Amino acid sequence: MTAGRRVPRSATLVAGCVLAGLVLAVAVVSFFWLPFPPDDTSGDRLMPPGLPHLLGTDKLGRDLLTQLMIGARVALEAGAGSVLIGGLVGLTGGLAAGFATRWLDDTISALLDILIAFPTVLLAMLVTAAREASLGSAVIAIGLAMSAIVARLTRVLVKRVLAQDFITASRTSGTSWPRVVVEHVLPNIWPTLSVNLALQFGLAVLAEASLSYLGLGAPPPNASWGRMLQEAQASVFIAPAGVIAPGVLLVVLVVGVNLIADGVRDVADPTRRRTR
Amino acid sequence: MTAYLLRRTAFLVVSLFLAAVVLFLLLRLIPGDPANALLSVGASPDQVAAARHLIGTDRPLPEQFVSWLGEMSRLDLGSSFVSTLPVGPEIAARLVVTVPLTLLAFLLAVVIAVPVGFLAAYRAGTWYGSVLSALSQLGIAVPVFWVGMLLITVFSLHLGVLPAGGFPQDDWADPGDALTSLTLPVVTVALVMSASLIRYVRSATLDVLGSDYLRTARALGSSFIGAMWRHGLRNAVVPVVSILGIELATTFLGAVVVESVFALPGLGGMLVKGFAQHDYPVIQGILVVSTFTVLLIGFAADLVQRLIDPRLRRSLGGNLSGDGA
Repeated sequence: MTAGRRVPRSATLVAGCVLAGLVLAVAVVSFFWLPFPPDDTSGDRLMPPGLPHLLGTDKLGRDLLTQLMIGARVALEAGAGSVLIGGLVGLTGGLAAGFATRWLDDTISALLDILIAFPTVLLAMLVTAAREASLGSAVIAIGLAMSAIVARLTRVLVKRVLAQDFITASRTSGTSWPRVVVEHVLPNIWPTLSVNLALQFGLAVLAEASLSYLGLGAPPPNASWGRMLQEAQASVFIAPAGVIAPGVLLVVLVVGVNLIADGVRDVADPTRRRTR
Repeated sequence: MTAYLLRRTAFLVVSLFLAAVVLFLLLRLIPGDPANALLSVGASPDQVAAARHLIGTDRPLPEQFVSWLGEMSRLDLGSSFVSTLPVGPEIAARLVVTVPLTLLAFLLAVVIAVPVGFLAAYRAGTWYGSVLSALSQLGIAVPVFWVGMLLITVFSLHLGVLPAGGFPQDDWADPGDALTSLTLPVVTVALVMSASLIRYVRSATLDVLGSDYLRTARALGSSFIGAMWRHGLRNAVVPVVSILGIELATTFLGAVVVESVFALPGLGGMLVKGFAQHDYPVIQGILVVSTFTVLLIGFAADLVQRLIDPRLRRSLGGNLSGDGA
């Protein structure tokens, strides 16, 4: 590991933080200030970018920039909520499987494989049908789908750690299992797990956008980028800003989060450093 | 291999059964009476009871489940509440769009990803190696429906060379027409899919390029191409195949979204409509078909992986649901 190598790696992390931070900043600002009230339809329909509507208006005359800013909030909420659910459920399940007896472990693994085979979009449709089309339904569905992936990864990581000699040493010297988990297992699996959760955050944001695009996400007062895109699709020729802006922000956020994941992996998990 | 085949097949059968149970229960958990879909507003209790009897929801759950399994084993997926047409043939008709879309996109993605991923690894230090990596980084962050919208904007609205959506009424009667209408959807899915594939191909190639056996082969006098062909390819292809299985399944399911963008009469459109109309047999049928397809693809990918990697074959039985599946 030379000093020359380290520089571009942390550059990845910085670039990721800048991109994701940009979207975060927009979301934070949206809580205190918006160019127009979200449901203000006073503008003309499908106005081009200019003053006072910096990015123009949508087909109902609402300010696009305002919706875009609220969309940043929705996207971050979707990502964070899904990762919270997926992370907690997945970590618990994965730990249980990792510690379980052979029989229970096989059963949990088989269930996980089926759950993973079950596509997020279909799961979301089921949850939506059972509850209602809302951001909460989408987040629950994405989080549950994610938890299977997180659980499977956790299980593998836990098994790998438990096979190590220092665990046996720790157990022989009288450490209880819960303490082993807290002191040895979690710190050892965390680097890989956190990188995966960061990647899952990006996937969750994309999944929410897809669901909203299909009309299964947050209902109208909440402007999700996916729904903005769906609404703008018909008028792309007259008002291209409505199609370009939300898409660009989606890409900025997801690229940012993925870069953070890559950067953290290189910094926190030396075993995964790739040499060539 | 035979022992593994038996174990893996048993696992597949159990998976299919469990998936059926999960689907059955999930759909029964949905609040609201499916019988309502058959009735007009303000139906009398007698009518509701009659409707329930007609679709069988008045029977106990285990009995419903067994009879449903029986119907499924005869490939009978029930009839739509709305159109009263049988669901199975309807799904088959829709697959005429969804399956070619999936397979063509999958093929195109592989054709793009393998050389690009290899180049990105082989030229990892150079500027275009970095550009290729950056492009694939961008590709995995792009929502597939947005790519579709952009392609429609450029190729249909501005250039006017390809249709923005739809599919010929007579399906594949004129293959040229059908292919033309599938071009943009296929390219959309393939572009997004190849982005993530490129990353796997690149990392598998990097592993091979840095390996001792490749260096040894070169030291023993093999040419680079010869060494890659004999040793490199066989090693690089193993992780890629397991990813291909997952990607193929993802593409099949991603059809839901892409078909909406291009207004294609495929499985995705049928499912979205089924949900809008609370048409349970339709929803159930499509979910069964797609979940089973995904499980079967996983089964096939595992077997192919075993066939090409003797190391996996040696560990008899092995880890069924292990890290790579």
